[in-house]
Amino acid sequence: MEDQKKLAEFQEKIDADIKIEPRDWMPEKYRQNLIRQISQHAHSEIIGMQPEKNWLTRAPSIRAKKILMAKIQDEAGHGLYLYCAAETLGVKREQVLNLLHEGKAKYSSVFNYPTISWADMGAIGWLVDGAAIVNQVSLQGTSYGPYSRAMVKICMEESFHQRQGYEIVVTLAKGTPEQKQMAQDALNRWWWPSVMMFGPHDAESAHSNQSLKWKIKRESNDELRQRFIDKTIHQGEILGLTFPDPDLKWNESTGHYDYGEIDWDEFWNVVKGNGPGNKQRLKHHIEAHENGKWVREAAIAYADKLNSKTKTA
Amino acid sequence: MSEDNQGILWEVFLQPKPGRPFKHVGSLHAYDKKMAMTAARDLYTRRGEGKGIWLVRAEDIVSSELEDGEAFYDPSNDKIYRHPTFYNLPDGVKHI
Repeated sequence: MEDQKKLAEFQEKIDADIKIEPRDWMPEKYRQNLIRQISQHAHSEIIGMQPEKNWLTRAPSIRAKKILMAKIQDEAGHGLYLYCAAETLGVKREQVLNLLHEGKAKYSSVFNYPTISWADMGAIGWLVDGAAIVNQVSLQGTSYGPYSRAMVKICMEESFHQRQGYEIVVTLAKGTPEQKQMAQDALNRWWWPSVMMFGPHDAESAHSNQSLKWKIKRESNDELRQRFIDKTIHQGEILGLTFPDPDLKWNESTGHYDYGEIDWDEFWNVVKGNGPGNKQRLKHHIEAHENGKWVREAAIAYADKLNSKTKTA
Repeated sequence: MSEDNQGILWEVFLQPKPGRPFKHVGSLHAYDKKMAMTAARDLYTRRGEGKGIWLVRAEDIVSSELEDGEAFYDPSNDKIYRHPTFYNLPDGVKHI
């Protein structure tokens, strides 16, 4: 069969680490899998601006406000690079947005948690962006060219995000006892949601095997999660903060940290839309999109006017 | 109401420094040239990545066909005399 031959050639390219480009032949499942993953990733960047905007007007200094604004602007940029990468697979921007608004497309569940103190801006940068970076560094090696190139660019920009977050945590941890408690409280609330960002354990992950075979993903959820935990513990301990996991322990024989049971009921509950902020996040995105409609219409009318002028000239 | 319109797809090329070639960096949506240029600046040059921007409508790009790749480039494959290493030079000759 023609398709069998093409499929074999496709797998050969993947195995030889040759990137797949938009106009190359690819299995339909590869295309659909990528559209799902890239658009979910893009939605996460865009929805991820919301928990941070909550503190934009209340940032404790002009310096902090400027940095937070720059970070939020970067997230918007990352969303747009990723939407463009998804579009190279033949899906339209409108379709991708509609799926989000209809609740059919997911975004990272971590953004459904509320940001109730300034310390949360620190915890998000340090832990949530820290976890995202571990995932994104790995995805630079993804087999789909446009996705890989977007990841390279995003990783270059993300490193400041994690440092700015960690700096907020450092400042609080070295401050008054109350400020240190704020940092500890944020760590207590953001630790497990960050650990869950890597998704279900490998044995329960629906898309993992095929994704690894096609090199859409290069490492498994559990491998990435372990890497994040291993590098983060020291960063908290150096500040005298503790992690909300009594089972967390360095394991000499494996060279990794052992960690406690993840509350998967909570994870699935938030994924299914029942987290503290799911409804609000989606509602806000839909409203922002609808409120921007007149701008899009005006821009179209203006472009039409420009076009008719150049035609008559 | 018609389908939501997200504008024209533009491909973005950046010149990292004066005198260097322009390189493709990504794409964006915008409704007209001016808006596309502003968006390209905000999206692709936030950290001094470039001082020159080219924008091309994605639909205007002409691209080679992948299927007949081998045959298309065939005419140059047998012309090894186009490469400087093809030529015999006496031992010890300099500056050539």
